[in-house]
Amino acid sequence: MKQLFFIFNLILLSRLTMAQVLISGKIKDAKGRPVQGASIALKDSYDGATSDSTGHFNFKTTEKGARLLTVSSIGFRAFEQAITIADGPILVDVPLKEEPNELKAVIITAGSFAAGDSKRGAVMSSLDIATTAGSNADITAALKTLPGAQQVGEQEGLFVRGGAGYEAKQYIDGTLVNNPYNTSVPDIAQRGRFSPFLFKGTVFSTGGYSALYGQALSSVLLLESIDLPEKSEVDATLSPLFVGLGTQQLAKDKKSSWGINYGYTNVGLYFNAVKQTPDYFKVPQFHSGDANFRFKTKRGGMVKYYTTFAHSTLGLRRPDIDSSYLKNAFDVRNNNWYNNLSWREYLGKGWKMTLGTGYSTNKDNLLLQVQDAGNKQKVFSNAVYWMNGKNVSLVNRQDLAQVKAVFDKKLGAISSIRFGGEYQHAYNTTRYNDTLRKLIDNYSAAFAESDIFITNALAAKIGLRAEYTSVINKAAIAPRLSLAYKTGKDGQVSVAYGVFYQKPENQQLFYTNQLGFTKATHYIINYQKMTIERVFRVEAYYKKYDDLIKTIPNNYYYSNYNNAGSGYARGIEIFWRDKKSIQNFDYWISYSFLDTKRDYLNFTEQLTPNFAAKHTASLVMKRFFTKIKTGFNFTYSYATGRPYYNFLISNGNKYYIADQGKAKDFNSLNFSMEYVPSVGKTNAKSFVVWFASISNILGYNAVYGYNYSYNGMIKQPIIPTANRFYFIGCFISWGVDRTQDAINNNL
Amino acid sequence: MKSFMLSLFLCSLLFAGFSQGDKYTAVMQKNIASLDAAKTVGALQDVAASFERVGDAEKTQWLPYYYAALAQTRIGWLPEVKDKDANAVQIKKYLAKAEAIEKNAELYAVENMVATQQMLVDPQTRWQTNGQEAAAALQAGLKLDPNNPRLYYLQGESLFGTPAQFGGGKDKAKPVFEKSVALFKSAQPKPLYPTWGQQQAEDKLAKCQ
Repeated sequence: MKQLFFIFNLILLSRLTMAQVLISGKIKDAKGRPVQGASIALKDSYDGATSDSTGHFNFKTTEKGARLLTVSSIGFRAFEQAITIADGPILVDVPLKEEPNELKAVIITAGSFAAGDSKRGAVMSSLDIATTAGSNADITAALKTLPGAQQVGEQEGLFVRGGAGYEAKQYIDGTLVNNPYNTSVPDIAQRGRFSPFLFKGTVFSTGGYSALYGQALSSVLLLESIDLPEKSEVDATLSPLFVGLGTQQLAKDKKSSWGINYGYTNVGLYFNAVKQTPDYFKVPQFHSGDANFRFKTKRGGMVKYYTTFAHSTLGLRRPDIDSSYLKNAFDVRNNNWYNNLSWREYLGKGWKMTLGTGYSTNKDNLLLQVQDAGNKQKVFSNAVYWMNGKNVSLVNRQDLAQVKAVFDKKLGAISSIRFGGEYQHAYNTTRYNDTLRKLIDNYSAAFAESDIFITNALAAKIGLRAEYTSVINKAAIAPRLSLAYKTGKDGQVSVAYGVFYQKPENQQLFYTNQLGFTKATHYIINYQKMTIERVFRVEAYYKKYDDLIKTIPNNYYYSNYNNAGSGYARGIEIFWRDKKSIQNFDYWISYSFLDTKRDYLNFTEQLTPNFAAKHTASLVMKRFFTKIKTGFNFTYSYATGRPYYNFLISNGNKYYIADQGKAKDFNSLNFSMEYVPSVGKTNAKSFVVWFASISNILGYNAVYGYNYSYNGMIKQPIIPTANRFYFIGCFISWGVDRTQDAINNNL
Repeated sequence: MKSFMLSLFLCSLLFAGFSQGDKYTAVMQKNIASLDAAKTVGALQDVAASFERVGDAEKTQWLPYYYAALAQTRIGWLPEVKDKDANAVQIKKYLAKAEAIEKNAELYAVENMVATQQMLVDPQTRWQTNGQEAAAALQAGLKLDPNNPRLYYLQGESLFGTPAQFGGGKDKAKPVFEKSVALFKSAQPKPLYPTWGQQQAEDKLAKCQ
């Protein structure tokens, strides 16, 4: 027994003090820098260690024989090495390879601003668009606080880096939006048709954009609609200007949803309270209805359909510039129907398919009249043709049917290639008094693009787009290239180059098809340093314009067009956003310097266009006070005066500059506030937001440019319809589970 | 010789038991003690990795991964750790390994803490995503174990940290902490099972008075 006990002890002892072997080494990354916090383990044993700040580790083990040493660290590929443990100490140096990682990888930022809640590298959230003072929940207005966009108040659209409004295009879920804004009214910028709350992501490209898009010389705005709503709800909006009612219904299994909304805008009450410069004989009224359905497919894809219909009327009168007693009346009736159906599907093996199809139709009935003191039409003889030209009836219609397919294939962990094509059928008519003109265009494009990550720190996007448009029977090939390199943990440099083509505008194509594409070439370099709370960006660019459309007058009524125009734009832009320095206070500053000249349309030579200011700056501030559940937002925008011209036709049928000058600088201080009484109340039956805003608080008298009389002797400033704009409204939503009792309780 | 062989046989049996059962218990106890003592990022990382090794070797135990995730969560509470999202990736890696073995209320408690840490980076924009995630984890956990004192403690913390005008505050948190403390007092955790939270809940309850 004694012997047994002895042996037992011996074995136990030997087990516990069994010759321990020291395993040590150093963990390094590809560049030889130490990796701290890597976990080293002897597979299937408890033994191991964590590397220290110098990358070193050591541990003792009692294991023997052939074993597997594993090393893992977040951001690196797992490492395994077979080792044989004998009696001597073991030294292993481990080189770790970086794992391709979307979260850590560089992103191409040259020429693009991402906004949205899910987007990496987003500089704005969807809520930011609504809470930027002065935007009044208009996407375009909010984007004007970013560098690159001009403060143009007399026309709708995004005027980006020396580009005209029509040189920027909008896309929803990949397909083109033909009429993104309400119908143009002379000298009054119109709102966009789409609410920012429809979208989960927005990319505002100020240049050098992807080969997936084309036909925009300066910019694309890419809007990505939300997939499924978070919950079912009933929403109502009340304001002296607007009433709306709608619902979103999310299925119980959270795989499908549908919704309908209706809104009615009538600014009659408002115009009674706030005097407008024009005489509105028809108060602006808008009816709009929309509907959607969305569902998840079995494979995790998504089908979305969205349709919206709008009907609007407006009529206004202003004094006629060519006479002391006559008036110009402008009357518009608009119908717009927009449809978008998209299908995103995962096909397996790293393939993804995105199909988009859309149909839209837009019809404007416009009536322009010269009226006398009794508001009756005054007709002129042909001798005073310049007055006669102001009595016009116009019916414009634009139809667009389109289909687009993009196939995406993942290569490795984060690289990918994509390719696809699109086809657009456009049908446009215009009836000028009794003359009907028709324009049909079949536009097709094929494109391919690769996102190649050479390392997490270096990425290249190479793209090519081939396009053909039947209306002018021209084809073009547009190369695109961007590179991004990570210079540090949060900093990166990107460059972009691209060629962009755009077909001439309809008002030229109605008269001639002997035209070619207009062309712009972009060169962009960008530096960005971004953390969650701060963003700093600086970007410089050069753009060259070729083959811009020139107007060759035949007489007062008719002109010919050719592609003899040219131009350039160059500039520097800075953006800084900071949510950190002052608690609960969020602000951003944008500055744009723009030097641009172009010779196009009726310009006599290369001139700075009337929509381009040399210096533009915005300061946006937001602060939410949780104690009083109220947020206050201020936006201050400044732009140096823009040039204006009066081009007249000489006897030799050539344009000359009869007058020119520079409008005064633009200033605007805007304010908005939101009061959210039910925020955070978990058992609240309804969610209420009160919103109020004042645009141009200081009442600065803006002058956007000048209108001239026929003989050029009289000039009148183009000014806003009222100095200030006020808005107050209340948004209520009832979560579906409580809708019934909320309604019952109120009955 | 016969007895020698017998003793050898007995010893080998003993060892077999020792290495599979007692060794696990011993290492876990040691690691839990190190976890309670760890205050720095380095020490916490060490202990998390150590738990992970135990989990990887054992293959059928969720507790080692749970503690690895818990250790990593403690890193997330440290103010010097700025990148909460990167830390969350690591926590979720451990959680995924644990949840592959068993899904239970304790793991939901960690899930709630990760989401809360991510939410606190930018509460205004993240309360709708990470905030909802945290609340959902809490509800899911309470469904599995309606008497988990740690879940009530976390719920209390969330209420305590939310301003009164947003539906939180001391008054709302107090009964929840009271319930948590009561449950802690009657709790009889199995060996090696988590026990943390009682002290914190009592401290917070005192602050609610």
